[in-house]
Amino acid sequence: MELIFKWEWLPELGRGLVLTVELTAACISMGAVLGLFLAIARLYARGPIYWLASAYVQFFRGTPLLVQLFMIHFGLAGWGIRLSPLFSGIIAMGLNTAAYQAEYFRGAIQAVKRGQTLAALSLGMTRWQTIRHVILPQALRLVLPSWSNELVYMLKYTSIVYLIGLPDLMGMGRTIASDNFRFFEVYAVVALIYLALVLIITFALRSVEARIRVPGLGTAR
Amino acid sequence: MALLVVEDLHKRYGKEEVLKGVSFTLERGETKVIIGPSGTGKSTLLRCINRLTEPDRGRIWLNGEEVTSRRTNIYRIRAQIGFVFQDFNLFTHLTALDNVRLGLIRVKRMDKRAATERAKRELERVGLADKANAYPAQLSGGQQQRVSIARALAMDPKLILFDEPTSALDPELIGEVLQVMIELAEGGMTMLVVTHEMGFARSVADEIIFMEKGVIVEQGPPEVLFTNPRVPRTAEFLRKITEFYGESG
Ligand SMILES: Nc1ncnc2c1ncn2[C@@H]1O[C@H](COP(=O)(O)OP(=O)(O)OP(=O)(O)O)[C@@H](O)[C@H]1O
Ligand SMILES: [Mg+2]
Repeated sequence: MELIFKWEWLPELGRGLVLTVELTAACISMGAVLGLFLAIARLYARGPIYWLASAYVQFFRGTPLLVQLFMIHFGLAGWGIRLSPLFSGIIAMGLNTAAYQAEYFRGAIQAVKRGQTLAALSLGMTRWQTIRHVILPQALRLVLPSWSNELVYMLKYTSIVYLIGLPDLMGMGRTIASDNFRFFEVYAVVALIYLALVLIITFALRSVEARIRVPGLGTAR
Repeated sequence: MALLVVEDLHKRYGKEEVLKGVSFTLERGETKVIIGPSGTGKSTLLRCINRLTEPDRGRIWLNGEEVTSRRTNIYRIRAQIGFVFQDFNLFTHLTALDNVRLGLIRVKRMDKRAATERAKRELERVGLADKANAYPAQLSGGQQQRVSIARALAMDPKLILFDEPTSALDPELIGEVLQVMIELAEGGMTMLVVTHEMGFARSVADEIIFMEKGVIVEQGPPEVLFTNPRVPRTAEFLRKITEFYGESG
């Protein structure tokens, strides 16, 4: 059997790629903001806020992403809440990655030496100033390696949105392949595009890591 | 009124009563040294003074203002009380200069240029002008502790609390930190120092406070405590500690 490749696949795959990148960017940044607040809530809050944040993290880490996506897209529709596939995709993935990012942030914040909080408070800084100027700058540096993994993971995992009809990279590949039955070749090209993207992201984040590295923090320790 | 007044301070952790009614005063320009066995509540006492730990009972005044009052803005009080920790607690991600500048910019709201100038002056004062751009991990323990003293000094504190500032240091680095502290005391800074450095206590302290099991056993001028203590237990402790740590500094 011969392998066939057609240049005409690329524009469509390119459009899918753009959607994949947008989807990843949207859900990862939503997850970062929400995850940071969840981490802070789990570390510093007491009572209901702590319990809510913890229950949230447990739920989203303890159930499959696909189930969450379907609950949001098809499940909510049953209650009369109809979300566009794109919106459902962003929300489901954003909520999901928030739970994972929360745990990474939490670990990183805990890794900042506790005495530094006392030192900041003893200067007259407020709790929030201490978090903002002492803890977060260190925690964010410490979290970057696991955060990079999460980003790569989410990039690949967005491929499930084709199941709710979104024409992302995976969805486009599927459309093309079911027209011409060249499943192997089309999916191979799709895979190579994902791989290229992952390598670019990994490389970019490594250089960011190197740029913001500080002696005594994280890998340079 | 004395600069610092501590009156009947109590603190309990769970079942254990760590401070059982501690009272003393500190006049402007005075240096008092607190000594006592491990677990006696010395660190707890210092942390209660700027309410890094909330005392259960008792009152504290700084410069006539009640620190322990609910209505007091504790952040403003803390900015007036320097704190030097046993393990330095420098901010890992900041250079020496930025460590000293942070409080000036964020708490005192100084503009950046003025804060930089002030921070450089304080680093110079502790002999570290050339280390302004070094990160804590690039400094020796003694240098880190001197940066942390500069960080406290930059805030123009009315009082500095030292919690065993040389205990985490290699013996050969203790001297440089004690030297800075001696200069501060001679320059009229008000200081409350928990330390085992009996040489320092003897030569610098106006008064020594001997604490044990959450109470002050005895306090008085070093010459009295060292030569003619009222309580036998004081003599015993002083003998032990002098044997163990020597009289360096
Ligand atoms: N945050 C805390 N929670 C519970 N117990 C504590 C806490 N801080 C201190 N303690 C307890 O209070 C007692 C006094 O501790 P503290 O650190 O004040 O003693 P210390 O005199 O400074 O001793 P050392 O010379 O070892 O530093 C100890 O038994 C300690 O275990
Ligand atoms: Mg202590």
